[in-house]
Order: sequence, then C-alpha cells, then structure tokens
Amino acid sequence: MSSPTPPTIRLQIEFSGGLELLFSHTRKHTVNLPSTVPNSTRPADASYLILYLRDNLLKERPELFEEKGTVKPGILVLINDTDWELEGEGEYELKDGDEIVFISTLHGG
Amino acid sequence: MASSPTPEFPPLDLPEYKRYGRQMILDGFGLEGQQKLKAASVLVVGAGGLGCPALQYLAAAGVGRIGIVDHDTVESSNLQRQILHNEETLGLLKVDSAAQFVRRLNSLVQVTTYPNALHPSNALEIMRPYDIILDCTDNLPTRYLLSDSAVALDKPLVSGAAMRFEGQLCVYNLNASSASSTSPSATPDKGPCYRCLFPTPAVGGGTCEEVGILGVVTGVIGNLQAAEAIKIILGKNEPKPSLLLYSFLYSPPFRSIKLRGKKANCAACGDAAGGGGIDFGNMDYVQMCGGATPDWLKEGMKAGSAGSRVTPQELKSAIGTDCNTVILDVRPRTEYGICSIEGSTNIPITELLANPSSALTSIAPSGDVYVVCRLGNDSQLAADALRQTSQEVGGDVDGGRKVVDVIGGLRLWSRAVDEKFPVY
Ligand SMILES: [Zn+2]
Repeated sequence: MSSPTPPTIRLQIEFSGGLELLFSHTRKHTVNLPSTVPNSTRPADASYLILYLRDNLLKERPELFEEKGTVKPGILVLINDTDWELEGEGEYELKDGDEIVFISTLHGG
Repeated sequence: MASSPTPEFPPLDLPEYKRYGRQMILDGFGLEGQQKLKAASVLVVGAGGLGCPALQYLAAAGVGRIGIVDHDTVESSNLQRQILHNEETLGLLKVDSAAQFVRRLNSLVQVTTYPNALHPSNALEIMRPYDIILDCTDNLPTRYLLSDSAVALDKPLVSGAAMRFEGQLCVYNLNASSASSTSPSATPDKGPCYRCLFPTPAVGGGTCEEVGILGVVTGVIGNLQAAEAIKIILGKNEPKPSLLLYSFLYSPPFRSIKLRGKKANCAACGDAAGGGGIDFGNMDYVQMCGGATPDWLKEGMKAGSAGSRVTPQELKSAIGTDCNTVILDVRPRTEYGICSIEGSTNIPITELLANPSSALTSIAPSGDVYVVCRLGNDSQLAADALRQTSQEVGGDVDGGRKVVDVIGGLRLWSRAVDEKFPVY
C-alpha cells in the first residue's frame, strides 16, 4: 500500500542578481513544498523554504546562497513583492500561490 | 516681462528661459522647478557606466552645481558603456573627461572635479557641499562608506548598481531633513540606509570586468538615478522606500519592491548610533567587506609550486613536440566561444570542480594536460583538482601523465606567443 503523498503548497520562486546561476541558470521555478516541515507539525515557513531550496533545487556553490540557516548576507528576500522583513522574515508562514523572490544585491557599475 | 521669480531661489537669466522652456512649461515644473534645479547641487561619485548617463541628464536639465568624484583614467574597455568618454579622452582622468563633456553641453553648470578615491578621511569633506549624493560606484566598500557618510551628513543617497544584464536602483536615507525642509521632525518616516538593508557585507560577487556588463543596462540605471535626483530636487519623490529592479532579458523588464523603513537598531542610522552615524576613524571599509579584491592579473602570474605551472612558451613547444598534448580550457563556454587555442577542449571551471573525475575521463585518455583560462587563476584551481583526483584513482594516470597549468593564462599567451590572439 502506498503511503499518502504529504500535502504540498505550490510556490513561484524567482532568483535574480546572479543567484539564478546557482539554480540551473534558470530564473523562475515552480516548487511544491511540503506544507509542514517533515517530522514536525511546524507549518512550512520561509526559513524551511531556504533549506529546502538549498537541498532540492540548488545546483552549485551552496555557500553563496545559504548561511547559518538563512540567506547569505547581501541577499534580499521578497514575499509577494514585499521585503520579507515586513512579513516576519524566516517565520513567515508560506501560503499556496505565494511568490518568493531572492535577489542578490549588485555592487558593480 | 518675466513674472517675478520665487524669492528664495536664484533668478533665471534670459537665455535660460529659452534653453529650459520645454521642461518649464510642464505643469508641476514651471519657473520654480527650473529655479530649484539651478539652486541645487549634486555630487556624482563614479564617472563610469552609471555616472556618465546620470551626469549627462543632470547637466542638460540645468542642475546648478555638479561635483564628480573618480580616481580612474579612461581605458578603451570603458567606452562600451561610459558614454561621456571617447577615443580622444583615452588616458585622461575620468573626472576631466566627464567635466569636459559637461562643460561643452552646458556651460552654465558649475563643475567641480575630485580626482580622488573616496576614503573615510575625505568623504565628509567632499560630500558636505552638495544637497544630493549619487552612488555610481563599482565596489562594496565605497557603497558602505557613502551610505555611512550620507547618514552622518543627513543627505539623500541615490544608489545605482548594475551587473551582467541587470540593474538595481534605490534611494537611501530618504526624507533626510536637508531634502524636505517642510517637516524637520519627520524622523519616523525616514527611509533606510544601505546598512539597514544589508547590515552584514556580502563577500565576493565579482566585478563588471570579471562577469560582464551590458552598456544599456548601466545607461538605464544611470538615467533613473538622474531622474530620482531631479524628483528629490523638485520635491516630487515617492516618500516610501522601494527598490527598483531592471532586467534587460525579462518581460516586463521592471519590478518595484516595497522596502522596510529605517531600522531602529541600525549601526549607522539607528537610535543607538545617536543620529551621528558611524565612527569613521575606526572603520576599515575594505577589511569590513572581506579585504581587498585580489589583483587577478598579478595572481595569475605567480610561479606556483615546483612543476605545477608552465609558461605559455612551454605550452607552445609542447604542442610542437607532442601531438598528444591536451589543452584544457576552463573558461565559461561563452568566453571560449570568443577565442580559443586551436585543438583545445573546453570544460568550464564550475563543471570541472563539481566533478573532476568525470572531467578527467572526458578528455583524451593520454598526453600531458595543460590547463588554461583567461588570466591564470581558475586554471590553478582546476589543475590542483585534477592532480588530486588522478592521485586518488591510482597515482599518475597512464604512468606519469602530467597535469600543469599555464602562467598568465591566455592574456600572457597573447603577449608572449601569439600576438594575433584576442585580448578581451
Ligand atoms: Zn540604517
């Protein structure tokens, strides 16, 4: 008997500012994220998403994306076009259909 | 007869009515708008890809006083995007080349040049005489220094950045009291500074020289910086902090993001900093941002450990004497497509490091391996990885197959062996 598929939420993920180079050189991704953190009852939040993307979507140089359980310094996270700091940062509980954008700040000119 | 100008702003001279008439007739701009521009002063830090287009429009619009900071000289690789410079100003200081352009465009503008690198010891002094600061620089330490200085001086900082096909625009320290004289007690509405958004510097990230930049991208962002500066001068700027992203490749190309406000615990502009900003004297901005960017040209030329590196001439004679010689080029595919040594094989450094043993098996099974790249830095990493892998799979592959890399890369190859080989 097959075990039931854990419920997931569908997220639109986008990378820019060079971060897309770490994710198969692709800017936009659709991700089906488990709606609760595995082996817990904690609803999937932005912190969990970062680790999930590191483990499941990232193709190279993880140290350029994740550091100490959050994004590396210099990366802005947007939740539905709003700075994640206004949305509770890592504790923001993700909803089906959310659009999360990761932007690496540029220094050049 | 001209109507009597608003008294707190300088009057316009007769030719200025004709010169600026097209913008003065705009509703919401008017005579007063032109007077505000004439009374305004803007400091443009960096006369490169962002600074050039910004300067062009600020000068054309009639900003009264413009300062230009840059310590670099004009090189031919700048001309693809730094549009105030030209073939005749190659080798000149960028500030002189840019000032020459601005003076020819609009002799009414007062231009001051600062052929200096911005440093904690001179930043406040250079910035103080200006109303608005434009960050058109190309490196992280200067971006933090500009932000901290703008906070200390309570001036808005219009910051642009660009790399590859993308650009970013943000106004920091917005609603600084010097910009909105109407509400001096507007502290809660103040926009964030660079440190509010990025309290910890990001280390690495590359430069335009390393990863590339499209000229129109810096053009778009530089123009938008001029637009934001003009909006602030006219008092028409959006008070809510936002970050604008531009991407040449995507549709729609623009995206605006709502940003956090000023952070109460920001080290520079927060309450703890007491409004006076950060202590400049004790700040080593370069160290804070992970140390000086290595001189890759010089690093690529070092001798390396015995037997691990060869000169381009040695590669040349190896090609001449051993037809099994394997030339492994580890540059990105696009760079390889620009120019390459005949008969070489391309495995980009990222792919090679991700799986050195597969790289080793995918090249010709025998013959010494000569690794090359643009300047001779990545080739060292690649050769190290290949040597280590070949040891792990049983000593020297094929009984003494040698893996070396080429000192100075293709840059030196072009200079020392094949002067027809393109340098880019
Ligand atoms: Zn701040």
